[in-house]
Amino acid sequence: MHKKTLIELSQALQQRSCSSVELTRYFLERIQNAQHLNSFITVATELALDQARVADARLAQGNATPLTGIPLAHKDIFCTLGVKTSAGSKMLDNFNAPYNATIVEQCQAAGLVMLGKTNMDEFAMGSSNETSFYGPVKNPWDIESVPGGSSGGSAAAVAARLCPIATATDTGGSIRQPAAFCGITGLKPTYGLVSRYGMIAFASSLDQGGPMGHSAEDVALLLNAMAGFDARDSTSLNHPKEDYSTSLHDHISGLKIGVPKEFFGEGLNADVGKVLETALSELEQAGATLHDIKLPHTHLSVPAYYIIAPAECSSNLSRYDGVRFGHRCDHPEDLLDLYERSRGEGFGVEVKRRIMIGTYALSAGYYDAYYLQAQKIRRLISNDFHEAFKTVDVILGPTSPTTAFKIGEKINDPISMYLSDINTISVNLAGLPGLSIPAGFVNKLPVGLHIIGNYFSEARILNVAHQYQQRTNWHQQIPAGF
Amino acid sequence: MSLPIKSVENIAHLARISIKEQDMPVYAHQLSDILNLVDQMSGVDTSKITPMAHPLDAVARLRADVVLEGDQRDLFQSIAPQVEAGLYLVPKVIE
Repeated sequence: MHKKTLIELSQALQQRSCSSVELTRYFLERIQNAQHLNSFITVATELALDQARVADARLAQGNATPLTGIPLAHKDIFCTLGVKTSAGSKMLDNFNAPYNATIVEQCQAAGLVMLGKTNMDEFAMGSSNETSFYGPVKNPWDIESVPGGSSGGSAAAVAARLCPIATATDTGGSIRQPAAFCGITGLKPTYGLVSRYGMIAFASSLDQGGPMGHSAEDVALLLNAMAGFDARDSTSLNHPKEDYSTSLHDHISGLKIGVPKEFFGEGLNADVGKVLETALSELEQAGATLHDIKLPHTHLSVPAYYIIAPAECSSNLSRYDGVRFGHRCDHPEDLLDLYERSRGEGFGVEVKRRIMIGTYALSAGYYDAYYLQAQKIRRLISNDFHEAFKTVDVILGPTSPTTAFKIGEKINDPISMYLSDINTISVNLAGLPGLSIPAGFVNKLPVGLHIIGNYFSEARILNVAHQYQQRTNWHQQIPAGF
Repeated sequence: MSLPIKSVENIAHLARISIKEQDMPVYAHQLSDILNLVDQMSGVDTSKITPMAHPLDAVARLRADVVLEGDQRDLFQSIAPQVEAGLYLVPKVIE
């Protein structure tokens, strides 16, 4: 059952050849048997079975959507009424959200069944899932390697076929980099396409939720449920509803692919580079043409990001004060002690580091030199993409310069960890949609192909990905033992 | 640049985060590394560039000034560490 595509599962449910309860039990058992991956923080067994029964009733009544009865997992950053939402932090280990995130409601409305909440880097700050209060997630392709981050739990769970699809979020690469490391398909939509309401905030001008699955086809179906205007999110964009599945089958002959030399330079693992060359020639054979382009400010994306994201996080995370919800220290001496110790105890090292960088960058006398300058650099990076999209339809490159690294390899060296997101961060700064799909292996570890599109071109990049997946079978590979 | 311990203590205080004294040197070292990384931006001429706050340069959306949600104090306080008579309790602030 876990080898079936989402469409096949959907058809089985519609034809009543299996029930949602059966499917839900099947995946719950797979989760149970794969506990060593540590991909889930909470498994919501009873709730899942309740939702599956509701889905079965709906399927019997004949008013189901294509997703009704399909099990999924939510990243533990989305607020869920009745199920703990921790954001991977000790600060929220006791947090039961009093409301649902919009995307959780949308998924429920479509009839999806929530199996549980997936592990993640604390407050989505990390590229390896090692900053989680609940311990690191293991990569199903090599349990000594990281699954990537911050959506490492969702990516590992989908890769190990513990759930057919999952939700995730991406602030600097947190959907695409783990998708690449785990050999699955993950999409970060245009900023503002998917509601941020009830998605625990890290860096509000960059955060964006999106789908993960086994293929572009599966991801398109989940995006159909997730995308849409939300009046409760002040940055939600009022973009007309689209069906992301309809153009998947379009031919891509004549497609102009931009290949930025900045993504293929120093730092790119040579074997990863070879995999990418093969992928590009595959797309050429499908009728696309390759064009050299320049994104000259790419090297400034990591520096600009590590001012903008921490600055916004220092502001967003000021709400955790030990007063209204979340962790509170024992026996505070006075109010200052209550704040400082609750936050000192509740946050992990990486989160503290970023809050402090943000606090420094926003403090008197430094604002212009750091935050304002970073916002100007952000404009330059965005302008590079605007220029490029005047001549090409999509931009391709490696999602990450390397395959998954070992657990423990970079955790004590923040800078080297930050630089692993060099190819994904610029896309968040510009607010563009980006997709990672599996394109091959190096030493038995998956390599991700990064497809970047212009604003609101999700249907186009999913189309390119689907056409690639029609010609290759990398997305169908399952790690040994799963 | 290298941040002195004194500055890190000040930043931690501004951020309202208690840091153990023995951890200060590691924070000082790592925060300095990050500031050195972001320092690459300082040489770029951006005098004619408008700062970008929103990817699509969208402005904040306004809505009619009407009440949309009812009082949910009890619900929200049900997850608070310490409340009494509808109030959040903190250590005494005024003697």
